[in-house]
Order: sequence, then C-alpha cells, then structure tokens
Amino acid sequence: MYVVIMGCGRVGARLANLLVGAGHEVMVIDANESALSRLGSDFAGQTMVGDGIDMDDLRKAGLERADAFAAVTQGDNRNIMASQIAKHIFNVQRVVTRIYDPIRTDTYRTLGLDAISPTVIGAKVFYTTLTGEESQENV
Amino acid sequence: MYIIVAGGGKVGFYLARALIAQGHEVLVIEKDASEVAKIANDLGNVVHKGNADEASVLEEAGANRADVIVAATGEDAPNLVICQVAKRRFNVPRAVARINNPKNEQIFSILGIDATVSTTDVILSVIEQEIPAQSLIPLVRLRHTDVEIVEATIPLNSPLAGTTLRDLDLPPESIVAMVVRHGEPIFPNGATELAVGDEVIAFTRATHEEELRETFFARH
Repeated sequence: MYVVIMGCGRVGARLANLLVGAGHEVMVIDANESALSRLGSDFAGQTMVGDGIDMDDLRKAGLERADAFAAVTQGDNRNIMASQIAKHIFNVQRVVTRIYDPIRTDTYRTLGLDAISPTVIGAKVFYTTLTGEESQENV
Repeated sequence: MYIIVAGGGKVGFYLARALIAQGHEVLVIEKDASEVAKIANDLGNVVHKGNADEASVLEEAGANRADVIVAATGEDAPNLVICQVAKRRFNVPRAVARINNPKNEQIFSILGIDATVSTTDVILSVIEQEIPAQSLIPLVRLRHTDVEIVEATIPLNSPLAGTTLRDLDLPPESIVAMVVRHGEPIFPNGATELAVGDEVIAFTRATHEEELRETFFARH
C-alpha cells in the first residue's frame, strides 16, 4: 500500500515505522521540519514539509495515488479537515482520523469518517486496568 | 432569528453588532477571556466563553434551537468543523463559514457548508479593480466550474497593438469574448485588431490564467 501520514508526532512517527517495517510505501508530511527527525535517521520512507489541509501540498504528497491516509496531528480540526479532503476530493479508500474530543469523534463517525479517539480508548484501558472490569460506557 | 457567531474577533464582533441592531437574537462564542470581557462591555450579555469547535460548548450555547451559525474565526479548519458539527449534531438549518485561505472555498462547498465568505477574495477584488495595467483582473468565476471571466487592458507600447485576434497566441481553453474600446463594447471576430487601451474580456480556466496573463503582458 501507499500510505500518507499527516503529522509526525509520537504516534505518526511510530505508525510510519511500523508500516515501513511491514513493507509498505510511506510518505510522512508535517508542517514542522524538525518533527520529521522523530522518524529516525534510518527511516526508509519519504518525508515532506507541508500543510496537511492545503490541497496543493496534499497533491504533492501523492494523495491522488494513495491507498490510505492517516491524520494524526495534535489538532482535531486539522485532522478532520484533512481527512475529508482525502476522502471526498482525492477519493482515498482508507482514511483514518485521530479525534481527541469524544463528541466530535461520534459526530464524524456518523459522517462516515473512521475516527479513533485516544481519549475514549485511553480512558477505557485505564478503567479496565484499575477495576479489573470492562467499562460499559462508551465514553 | 437566533444566530450564533463563533469567534469574537473583529469580524465576529462587528457582525454580531450589526445583527443585534437588526433585531436578531445573537450569541457570540469566544475562547479568549479578555475578548469576552470586551464584547460583554460593548454589546451586553450576548457572549459565551468557550471553544466553539467543542460540541459541548455549542450545546451550552443552545445550538439546537439556532437558526443560523456563522463560523467567523481566523482559521479555516475550526470554521469547517464548527459548521459541520452545528449542522449534523444540532440540526442548525444554515451554516456560514468565513474562509481565510481562498483555496478552501471549493473544499467547503464540496463538504456541505451552505455559504462561504472569503475576506481575502473580497479585499482582493476591491484592490484589483484599482490596479491599472499589467494584471488580469478576475471579474467573476462561474459557479461550480474553474472557468473565470477576466479583464486585461492593453498597455502603452504593447506589441499586441495592431495584432488581430486570429493571430493572438492564446493558451488552450481561453477565448476573447469582448473588447471594450473607449467605453464601447465590440463583439470581436478573428479580424478584430487590438489597440492600446482596449479592455479585453476573456473566458479562461483558472489553470491557464498565468499563460493568459503572459499573452497580454509579456514583453515579446
């Protein structure tokens, strides 16, 4: 697969390395050049400094031929906007969006985005580890 | 009508003031405490402190009974999200977004925002009408296409003076639709000769605009 990852924080960098390790072609885009160094000096994928909500930058990153797109910057809004551009304008097949805010996660799931909320997942894991029980709540 | 204005910067503030003067019920959502105090001081009890992109804040603001939401922050991504959450989660009938980067106008329209206002475009169009020669003036963009109607004025000493439209080296997908000479419109044909001072009105695709500019203004 050709995968474009927007946002080179801890999650983005780790995800990129996992994908490259599994033999995928990966492009990582971040607005901040120094963030790209998180990938490590032996990173075998491609990198680009750019704005993930700018259509021209996304085109340069090869969105037109991408099989998958992951939006994992710190900003929910940027992730949401970039993901919708990828899905509805570049017709990328698999689009995954990180959204911290559980309510926005819920809203955008109903709008068809594959949204992952670290807040929801993190709280669940903590709950289970603390109490030894599964949480019944979805928040 | 009940109108929520998200973002209490200059645009949001003056918009809210105008809407209140027209008799609408208005609530401004602003995250910055000192801006909130300023708005409350000038406009009264019409401001709610919070981040309008958080769905819980929109709920506190009574989004589910709002008739219109205007996302007027200085950033495009929050403006998009505010409008979409308001429409989808709170069923606000009309969502209007301020656009800061004109490139995003098309994206917002594809993603279901009812109306967009690009301050950059508005200011640009005002400025461009004041700039005399050497530039293409965008007059209008046809709805839902990338076709633009542009105007160019043939400058003094232009090598194009005396050239017929037939011999004009136009880029692809571009046509000259009209020539205005001394205020008189001429419906041109291939034999029409250009003259200094002519205002040439052309249709072109946005992608060929730069080539068209060169056609009219490059020093041959």
